[in-house]
Amino acid sequence: MEYHALIILGGGPAGLAAALAAREAGVEDILILERDRTLGGILNQCIHNGFGLHTFQEELTGPEYAARYARQVLDAGIACQLDTMVLSLSPDRVVTAISPAGLRQMQAGAVVLAMGCRERPRGALNIPGFRPAGIYSAGTAQRLVNLEGKLPGRDVVILGSGDIGLIMARRMTLEGAKVHAVAELLPYSGGLKRNIVQCLEDFGIPLLLSHTVVRIEGRERVTAVVLAQVDDQRRPIPGTEQTYPCDTLLLSCGLIPENELSRGAGVALDAVTGGPVVDQGLETSIPGVFACGNVLHVHDLVDFVSQEAALAGRQAASYLQAPRPAGRTVAVKPGPGVRYVVPQFLDPAAMDGPVTLRFRVAAPARRCAVTLTQGGRTIQRKKRPVVAPGEMESLEISARELQTGDLTVGLEAEA
Amino acid sequence: MTKTITCINCPLGCAITVTVEDGAVAAVTGQGCKRGAAYAAQELTAPARMVTTTLPAPGGVPALAPVKTASPIPKDQVLACMAALRQLRLTPPLRLGDQVAEFAGVPIVLTRDIGLADQHSGATLRSSGDCCVK
Amino acid sequence: MIYDAIIIGGGVSGAAAARYLSAYRGNFLLLEREEDLCCGTSKANSAIVHAGFDAKPGSLMARLNVAGAKAMPALSRELDFPYDPIGSLVVCFDTGDLPRLEALKRQGEANGVEGLEILSGEAARAMEPHLSRRCAAALYAPTAGIVCPFGLTYALGENAAQNGVQFSFDTEVTGFSRENGLWRVETTRGAFRTRAVVNAAGVQAAALHNLVSRRPLHITPRKGEYLLLDHTAGTHVRHTIFQLPGPLGKGVLVTPTVHGNLLLGPTAVDVDDPNGVDTTAAGLAEVAEKAALGVEDLPLRQVITAFAGLRAHEDGHEFIIEEAADAPGFFDCAGIESPGLSSAPAIGQLVAAQVSQALNLPENPDFCPTRRAIPDPRKLSFEARQALVARDPAYGRIICRCEEISEGEIREAIRRGARSLDGVKRRTRAGMGRCQGGFCAPRVMELLEQSGIPWQQLTAKAGGTSYLLTGPAKGAD
Repeated sequence: MEYHALIILGGGPAGLAAALAAREAGVEDILILERDRTLGGILNQCIHNGFGLHTFQEELTGPEYAARYARQVLDAGIACQLDTMVLSLSPDRVVTAISPAGLRQMQAGAVVLAMGCRERPRGALNIPGFRPAGIYSAGTAQRLVNLEGKLPGRDVVILGSGDIGLIMARRMTLEGAKVHAVAELLPYSGGLKRNIVQCLEDFGIPLLLSHTVVRIEGRERVTAVVLAQVDDQRRPIPGTEQTYPCDTLLLSCGLIPENELSRGAGVALDAVTGGPVVDQGLETSIPGVFACGNVLHVHDLVDFVSQEAALAGRQAASYLQAPRPAGRTVAVKPGPGVRYVVPQFLDPAAMDGPVTLRFRVAAPARRCAVTLTQGGRTIQRKKRPVVAPGEMESLEISARELQTGDLTVGLEAEA
Repeated sequence: MTKTITCINCPLGCAITVTVEDGAVAAVTGQGCKRGAAYAAQELTAPARMVTTTLPAPGGVPALAPVKTASPIPKDQVLACMAALRQLRLTPPLRLGDQVAEFAGVPIVLTRDIGLADQHSGATLRSSGDCCVK
Repeated sequence: MIYDAIIIGGGVSGAAAARYLSAYRGNFLLLEREEDLCCGTSKANSAIVHAGFDAKPGSLMARLNVAGAKAMPALSRELDFPYDPIGSLVVCFDTGDLPRLEALKRQGEANGVEGLEILSGEAARAMEPHLSRRCAAALYAPTAGIVCPFGLTYALGENAAQNGVQFSFDTEVTGFSRENGLWRVETTRGAFRTRAVVNAAGVQAAALHNLVSRRPLHITPRKGEYLLLDHTAGTHVRHTIFQLPGPLGKGVLVTPTVHGNLLLGPTAVDVDDPNGVDTTAAGLAEVAEKAALGVEDLPLRQVITAFAGLRAHEDGHEFIIEEAADAPGFFDCAGIESPGLSSAPAIGQLVAAQVSQALNLPENPDFCPTRRAIPDPRKLSFEARQALVARDPAYGRIICRCEEISEGEIREAIRRGARSLDGVKRRTRAGMGRCQGGFCAPRVMELLEQSGIPWQQLTAKAGGTSYLLTGPAKGAD
C-alpha cells in the first residue's frame, strides 16, 4: 500500500501550519489532502482584514494569511493533493481518499486531523415555518459574495451575532444590500467589539440582543422575518413580535467541528467541544492521530489555530521518531464558569516545556480571575478585567507545577 | 463637542467620552487603558477604515480578485471608495500585492494571486504523484 | 395530437399510473404543475412501506396496500430504487390494550398480511434495545419496510419516459371540457385533447374531480410535521416503531430511512391551505414529545431539519380509484393518503387496467420494465468505484461532503431533469445532510448554471420564484 510518514487531512490554516512544523522537525514524507481546489481553506473567502496580528505583527486579510502559509508549504516541496476528499480513516491510520484522479488507500505513519468546522444549519435551530429560498448560513453567503460574485439577497436580517454574521452585515451593505437588523438570542454578542463597531455601528445596523426569529414568511422566497424578544430562559415573549420585511435571512448561529472522519476511526470526542479528546501533544485517543484547529475546538483567531497546529505537527514528528506510550495521568477539567478546556489530559512526564491550556468561559464576567487548581491546591490565579465566551482564554502550565489528581480550570469573582 | 465611543481594543468595550474643542481633543474620560484614549481621540477626530472588496478578473483563477486599501482611508470615504471601484475590471495574471488602482491617494492592492485559467489547469507542482496545485 | 390518456399529477401515484400505462400501446402525457416530479405529498411523508394491517378488511385501501407491499421487493430490483424490508413494530404500553393489539393482528391477517406476530415487551426490547421500558407488547410485521419516496417516484417516471410517456412540467390544469367525445384539458400551457384523463392531483384531486362531476369529492389537506436526524442517529432503532393508537391519539412513528437517517413524525392536523407545508413550533414539539413515548434516549440534538407534508385525506378515508360515474373517461386516483406510497405499484396497476380496458388498448410489445438509477458510488466495491472514476473522473470529485455525493451524480441528475437545488437533492441527496447544503449549494448552483440555467433563474425548489440569487455583487458582472 502507498505509504506516507505523515498525512494531513485538510489544507486550511491548521493543516498548512502543521505540515510546516512537521517538516521543520524533520519529517520528509508529508502529504496534505485538501477537498477544495485551492489551499487555504475558509480563509480564501474571508477577504476582510484582521488576521495575523499575533503571528506576523501586521494586519492581513484572510487570503493573504493563507498565502503566506501556502507559499511556505509549496516552497518546502510538501506534497499537496487538491480536489481530494478523504472518505475514511481507519483506527490503524489507513486513509481512503477520492479525487478525479482516482480512489486510493494510503497507510500513514501519523495523521493530523485538520478538517475544520461547519456552520449550524436552520434545521438544527428549530425555526418553524415554510422553507423558502433566501435562508443561508452566513458562511455560504460569504462564499457566494466573495468567491462567486453573486448577492444572495437585497434586504437582509441576520440571526446570530457571531463574527461571520457581523462581517457579512458589513459586506452585504458594501455590496448594496440593506441589512435591517442583527438579532442575537443571548443578552450579549459572541462577536468581537471591533466587529460590532465597524460592521454594525458604522452602518447604523441595529443589534437586537435577547431576540430571536419566531417566524419566517414567504413560500417561494423569504418575504419577511418575525423577530421577538426572549426572556431569560430564551423563550420568545408573546406580544414583542416585530415583522421585518426582507428577502434574506442569514444565520450565524455557531460552528460545529467536522469530526465525521474522526468518529469513523473511533477517536474519542468531547461532548462539549465536539472535537477529539487530546493530551498535551494534541494526540487523540488513537496513537499517532493528532488534531488541531477548528476540528479540535472552534477558535476565534486564526493565529491561535496556527500555533496549535504547529504543535500538532511537531508532536506528530516526534511520534514518528519514537512513539511514546500514552500516559494520560492528569485529567484537565472545566470548573465553575468554564465550559471546556483543551487539552483534556496531561502527561507531566512527557511535558518538555509549558503547555497552553485553551478554554472558554460560560458567560461574560468582569473583574474576575481564572484559576488552576489541583487537589484543592491553587496552582495559578490570574486576574482578568473581563472574560467573554466569544474570546478564547488560555493559561500556561509546566510539569513542575503539577502533582497528582485532576487539574481544574475555573473562574472566580475577584476578591 | 462631546461624544461617547465604544472602544474596540478589547472585550471590555469601554464607553469612552471624548470632548473636542476647536478641533483638538480637550478631554478623554472612561477609558480603561492608554490605548483606549488614543483610539477614542483618533476615532473622533479622524476615524479611518480599511476597505476590502472584490473586483472581477475575467479569465482569471479565481475570476474574482480580493483587494484592499493599502492603508485605512477616512471612514466617510468608504462608500465613495466602493463606488469608485465599481467599474474596474482586472486583467490576469496578477500577483498578490500588485497595485491595481488608487483611491484618494491610497493604493488598492491585490490580496491574492490571480492566475490564468489555462495555466491553472495545466499547472502541476513538483511533488509526488498526481498532485496538482495552483 | 389526440392523446389516449393524460395523467394529471407527477407524484408517486401519477408516475405509477404512467409507468403501468406505458405497458400498453398509446400516446400518454403526464402534466405536472411544478417543474419536476415528486414535488407535493410524495416528497414529504414517512417513507414507509406499510405491511397492510391498518386498513379495514375489504377496503380498496387494504387490498392495494397489501398488494403494493408485496410488489415492492421485485419492483425495487426492476426499477433500481432504495427499499429495505426492515419490518415494523406496533408498540402497546398497557397490557389492558393487548386485545386491541390482537385485533390489529387479526385485521392484518384478514387483509392477507403474512408473518404477523405478537411479541412480549421483553422480546420486543431484545429486538430494539431503545424501545420504551413501558412497552408491554408489540405487533411485529416482518413484511413492512422503508423506501425512498423520491427514488420510487423518479424510478417510475423515468421508466414511463423510457417507454414513451411524454411529460409537460410547469403545466397547471385550469379546466376541462368535452369536445366530440374527447376531453379537452385546459392548462397554463395551452389545451390538450385526450380520450381519457387520470386525475392523480393529490390534495387538488377533489377540486379537479368537482369540475367534471356532480357527485363531489371532498379532500382535506392533513398536515404532518416531521423531524429528520443525522446519520449518527440512524441506527437508534432498526425497525419502524409505531405506537398503538390510544387515548393520546395516533402517536408518531420512529424509523430509520433507507439513507441511514432517523425520521420522527408525523403530526396530523387538518388545514385549509392545499399548499400549507409550514412547520410549527407546536407541531415539532409534539413530534419530539410523542416520539419519546415509544423510543427512549432519542438524540434530538442530531436533528438536521424539519419538514411538513400534506396527506390528501378523503372524507371516507378510502382510495377513490375509478371512472367518475357521470364523467366517462375521467378516471380518479384520489384520496391517496397513507398507505399511498406503499400502495403505489398496485395503484398504478389498477389505473392502467381500468384505462386500458375502457380504451381497449393493446399491450405494448416494446415495453421495457427495467430502469437503472443514477450510479451510487458508495454502494460499489473499492475496485468498481475506482473503475467508475477512471471512466468518468467527475465521480471522483465530491461536491456534497456530508452525503458524499460526487459531481458525476449531480451532472447525471441534471441530465435526467433536475432543474433546481431541490431537484438535485431529491435525486442525489446532495444538500440533504447535516450541513443542509451550506457547503455544496454554491457548487450545485455552479453545475446547474453550467447546464444552461442562467444564474438569475436558479431556484431552490420547484415553483418558479424561489430564486437563490438576487443580483451580482456590485463589483462583478
